[in-house]
Amino acid sequence: MTILSGAQLTVRLLERQGVRVVAGIPGGANLPIYDALSKSAQIRHVLARHEQGAGFIAQGMARVTGVPAVCMASSGPGATNLLTAIADAKLDSIPLVAITGQVPRGMIGTDAFQEVDTYGLTIPITKHNFLVDSAAELLEVIPNAFRIAASGRPGPVLIDIPKDVQTESIDVNAWPEPGAPDPAPPVDIALVQRAADLIEAAERPILYLGGGIMHAGASETASALAEKSSLPTVMTLMALGALPVDHPLSLGMLGMHGARCTNLALDECDLLIAVGARFDDRATGKVAAFCPHAKVIHIDIDSAELNKIKTAHVGIRGDAAAVLQELLPRVRGQDRDSWLARVAELKRMFPLVTPGIADPRTHYGLIRAVAENLDDEAIVTTDVGQHQMWVAQSYPLRRPRRWLTSGGLGTMGFGLPAAIGAALAEPDAAVVCFSGDGSILMNVQELATAAEEDVNIKVVLMNNNALGLVHQQQTLFYGKRIYASRFRAAPDFVRIAEGFGLRAVDLDTAENPKEVLHQALTTRGPCLIHAGIDVEDQVLPMVPPGAANIEMIGG
Amino acid sequence: MDGQSLFEQRTSARTVLELDVVNHPGVMSHVVGLFSRRAYNVEGILCMPVGAGATSRIWLLVNEDARLAQMVKQLEKLEDVLSVRRHGADHEVFERLEEFFR
Repeated sequence: MTILSGAQLTVRLLERQGVRVVAGIPGGANLPIYDALSKSAQIRHVLARHEQGAGFIAQGMARVTGVPAVCMASSGPGATNLLTAIADAKLDSIPLVAITGQVPRGMIGTDAFQEVDTYGLTIPITKHNFLVDSAAELLEVIPNAFRIAASGRPGPVLIDIPKDVQTESIDVNAWPEPGAPDPAPPVDIALVQRAADLIEAAERPILYLGGGIMHAGASETASALAEKSSLPTVMTLMALGALPVDHPLSLGMLGMHGARCTNLALDECDLLIAVGARFDDRATGKVAAFCPHAKVIHIDIDSAELNKIKTAHVGIRGDAAAVLQELLPRVRGQDRDSWLARVAELKRMFPLVTPGIADPRTHYGLIRAVAENLDDEAIVTTDVGQHQMWVAQSYPLRRPRRWLTSGGLGTMGFGLPAAIGAALAEPDAAVVCFSGDGSILMNVQELATAAEEDVNIKVVLMNNNALGLVHQQQTLFYGKRIYASRFRAAPDFVRIAEGFGLRAVDLDTAENPKEVLHQALTTRGPCLIHAGIDVEDQVLPMVPPGAANIEMIGG
Repeated sequence: MDGQSLFEQRTSARTVLELDVVNHPGVMSHVVGLFSRRAYNVEGILCMPVGAGATSRIWLLVNEDARLAQMVKQLEKLEDVLSVRRHGADHEVFERLEEFFR
């Protein structure tokens, strides 16, 4: 029998869960947990400089490992600062356990200092949430939170712990088992057979992979299916890396900024095999015009995704890897010569156009030059905006869980803390964060965290002194009325990085940018690499918002 | 009113949902939040504990809508929702309550 406080209990349960790193910020309402944490030999705490940074550091760890990661914040503003990172995890199905302090139970509802209704605020942005009412409840709640975060379609779970629950002492007689994911649901073989029949009968099928492929660890099985049945394969932003982009069957990313050949091939397909993808509007464009001639097979762990946007002729609820493993032996090897020839023709006629790719002083050239210095094991994170789409289009992503980007919520400020989290999860990996001058400023304070932890991250900052994607949309769709998208002040990002204690290089002033880039990328430790780009450069092709995917501009 | 009650006038376009849920503070917020975020009005709500009180039953009266199938799936995903059943609008649970709303 051991007498422990709720705070000590929390830390012990995290230890038993196998947690080794947590990111967070202490404050009045979670100090008992921090006091208990200070005595943990297993858990290393990484002090973020803003709770949103802590949330994205945890996301970076979770996205790389697939295991729920933990972030912590105090009550009130600490909790509200976490919200964006939690909502981001919800939309991209990232397993996260957020632990917040709350004012003592007796003061809840009195508008106490730093009191906010964290439970209420997080209902719509979590998979599940808890307001803990006693120290004893923690024994059930914490393993349960990890189970829920990792089961089925992963997602964020929040645990709000009032301060007096943290200090309440109880006798602990027995420890609960650590929370583990529920087993995957059984696969309906009859449905799998119907899917196989559709694939056999199809003349122009396309495999459409989404982020669920990553969560299910199904990349290899998906590749095997594509190869066996000769399926041209498109990927969503979240699935990049599932099939190497230079695989002969890869058509790269579909949708708003996909290559023309990709969207045109989808327009011609007679069968769409969607796996772990949710028909997001950025992927489909105008839904009524998306794959208009195609029957649809939809495989997803979340039954609510089936028939949500597009009616599936065969909808299969299940783990992507499990379903694909059943599907694989049921399809016959096919060559599909004429369809592959047609796709090859589309690729030849309408390839992705990447002007300047040989010149490291252009946006595509810089991305290419960075890639040339790294191998396939490198982890690439991005912020949100033009740079994100250029990297998604042109970086040679070849492996799962090496590509970390904010897809669903599209959060500027994601990239830097996510890169820190990735580096904490894999200290020996090369981690590159592509960012823009708009995005980096949204969590620039985490440069201090990067310096303090001495993580091996390189921030490649593509600076056009503008909110580039807004500028682009105003140029294309708002009569070139550029408003509130160009910055009048131009911060010196090299000095900013140096001020935070990072190395920094400026490719604009470098005589040999390739050499400077190589040095920066191959020297261990955090570094900022600054490169100016032209504000008139656009992400092309582009499907205008609300238009059909075949109505592409440029490219 | 042509001899029809207010309730009868609307029943043709309505559905009654019966949810078994874990009985704790917050479960109602989880349930109705799914409707409010979609600007989907809940016309009637009734909730009482069942048996010893570990679970509750929530009755919802909602308009028939193309989104209803998706709503049911979303409700089923909630951790605290144990089961969801769909009934016709003529289910007597709200009909009997009508006398409290005259």
